[in-house]
Amino acid sequence: MQVYADNAATTKMSRAAIEAMLPYLDEIYGNPSSLHTPGQRAKNALEEARERIASCLGCEPREITFTAGGSEADNQALISAAHLGARHSKKHIISTAFEHHAVLHTLKKLEKVGFEVTYLDVHSDGIVRAAEVEAALRPDTCLVSVMYANNEIGTIQPIEAIGQICRQHGVLFHSDAVQAAGHLVLDVKADNIDLLALSAHKFHGPKGVGALYAKRGLALSSIIEGGAQERGKRAGTENIPAIMGMAAALEEACANIQTHSSQTAAQRDKLIAGLQKIPHCALNGDPHKRLPGNVSFCFEGIEGESLLLLLDDQGVYASSGSACTSGSLDPSHVLLAIGRPHEVAHGSLRLTIDAATTDAEVDYMIKTVTEVVERLRSMSPVWRDLQNGKRQYVL
Amino acid sequence: MNKGKVLAAMSGGVDSSVTAQLLAEQGYECIGCTMRLYDSADALCSDKTCCSLDDVEDARSVARRLQIPYHVFNFTDAFREQIIGKFARCYAAGVTPNPCIDCNRYMKFAKLLERARVLGCQYMATGHYARIEQTDQGYVLKKGLDASKDQSYVLYMLTQEQLAHTLLPLGGLTKQKVREIAEKHGFINARKRDSQDICFVPDGDYAKVVEHHLGRSFSPGNFVDTRGRVLGQHRGIIHYTIGQRRGLGLCLPQTHYVCAVRASANEVVLGPAEELFSKDTKIEECHWISGKTPPEPVRCKVKVRYRAREQWATVVPVSDNTATVCFDEPQRAITPGQAAVFYDGDTVLGGGVIVA
Repeated sequence: MQVYADNAATTKMSRAAIEAMLPYLDEIYGNPSSLHTPGQRAKNALEEARERIASCLGCEPREITFTAGGSEADNQALISAAHLGARHSKKHIISTAFEHHAVLHTLKKLEKVGFEVTYLDVHSDGIVRAAEVEAALRPDTCLVSVMYANNEIGTIQPIEAIGQICRQHGVLFHSDAVQAAGHLVLDVKADNIDLLALSAHKFHGPKGVGALYAKRGLALSSIIEGGAQERGKRAGTENIPAIMGMAAALEEACANIQTHSSQTAAQRDKLIAGLQKIPHCALNGDPHKRLPGNVSFCFEGIEGESLLLLLDDQGVYASSGSACTSGSLDPSHVLLAIGRPHEVAHGSLRLTIDAATTDAEVDYMIKTVTEVVERLRSMSPVWRDLQNGKRQYVL
Repeated sequence: MNKGKVLAAMSGGVDSSVTAQLLAEQGYECIGCTMRLYDSADALCSDKTCCSLDDVEDARSVARRLQIPYHVFNFTDAFREQIIGKFARCYAAGVTPNPCIDCNRYMKFAKLLERARVLGCQYMATGHYARIEQTDQGYVLKKGLDASKDQSYVLYMLTQEQLAHTLLPLGGLTKQKVREIAEKHGFINARKRDSQDICFVPDGDYAKVVEHHLGRSFSPGNFVDTRGRVLGQHRGIIHYTIGQRRGLGLCLPQTHYVCAVRASANEVVLGPAEELFSKDTKIEECHWISGKTPPEPVRCKVKVRYRAREQWATVVPVSDNTATVCFDEPQRAITPGQAAVFYDGDTVLGGGVIVA
């Protein structure tokens, strides 16, 4: 059996998204900036896609800027808010310790040019507290950036409450919703969000395309210079096929959100219950306030890399943290942020399922992970030391 | 013909690439891998100059060409603690470590060998120039046939168990031959230069790495002669190693060398060349390839540094992990922290760490 359980890394494109793209790879190839008819056909399609995406988020079409992905959208959101803040000598930003690197690395860059960033604790349950956001606010705070749902451990943040606090204090609020869009009901108005980033390939759309929602009146700074596309806020000829695919994928995902999330959440809970029977393991993040498809565990006495290799061999395609960090070196900053010690953070496993996951696949994953963990422990010197008391169990 | 499954350690260099090529030719089911051991923060180099990601790409390219599976293993945490950490602590204590030997001991032949087992491999292979042979008395470790490239010195600590599961396909080849094989197969790294320095000290400034890792700087102190007279000021003990002549920054009537580093007194002892010579040294962490400590003193040749020539000596085992080495002739600059490796002709008998 082969089970794809890495939907947080990327998803299979939906049929609807592929079908939506095809005409724009073929007959409708005009440049939306061209005056002629083929160009205007492309331009019409672009604006129609913008409307459809806006309606999925509860915003106006002009509040959507297309980007080349979630990372770019996050970068542009933070840099724009920082520029606006600096104009009023507001150079303090509040964020969390477990944001995606697209946010963390941009914040590091801003710190180098004189911004101060407060990184809030995300507690052992992987959830930031709205009250702590409020307590961290200062007169010079220009931005609060808190992800909608975490990419590694799936925990959903109290976005509405944080949005309200930001509104009351007149501070901009950005949320990286790359893992949430298409999986949770988003409403940027109700949640008082000013800036929100999303990425198509996380909800069965194509790779290399994303969108940035920026509340009307909020002046974005362009980070790619060139032509006047996207109201002068993002240069470069629009990737029409990908944008059409994204619109179709998001509409489809949003239409099915209730049925898919209840089915997937039930499978997730079964998977969690099954894996919790393995001795000396722990679920990462709150068991309930998490994305319907996210299962994240730490297993003591084994290394995540070995676990992934053997699972791959058995046809279970998983990850140990985020796909973005598997080429990097440190143990997951997310797992360290929720207080897992280094040695345990190395033994992590993330299984992210979706609507295509079957019950038989869930059973197969429980059986396979259990067997592989047992096999690795039988070969692990660390596990031997734990068993004969030379080392203390952490989990 | 399938001779079994082998995990080939590939650094991205010529030697380990040819290693994988030869194993595949010989009928082994080969899996390639690269250990990521440090990041640019550990090596104190900017992202632009740090070559280790390029090395991974080189190794991956060779693996793709050979059509073998390839993995990257992240051992950075363990490497930082066990290798860079020990390296720094040694310098702080006034001894001169050999981190390559520790890396073989704790990374390649421990963690990586464990990964090989996880992947169901009977063997692990490296590109070292040394040979392993099976005899009635067990496995023996021998020098590589290319005397100018012999690397048996850094493998003296291998156990019988490790030797039984290790393949060294380059042991019988010359470097010239290895480069020819690489050229023939169009490996992109065929002409890559040999690595010389310690991998995590790319610019040779090891003192900077020591201070960064320990999070403190080393204060200046006195240069003294062997009778304790102050000759001048040194820049901190980690900048000096035994036998060193250059970079002392002193103007003395006679050429002086570093003869000892006294960490507790923060003193560096200088003396004329003849002070550097000694006939005896003590060895700790002694290891015998056979797995058995000889009951009698052993006449053999001993090498006290990677680039030194081995010299006749008598090794007297004191306990299972300590010994005394008495050289026939006085030796120059026997340096605590370096390995002393014992040879019977081409065969490595064992070795240990020099303590005094």
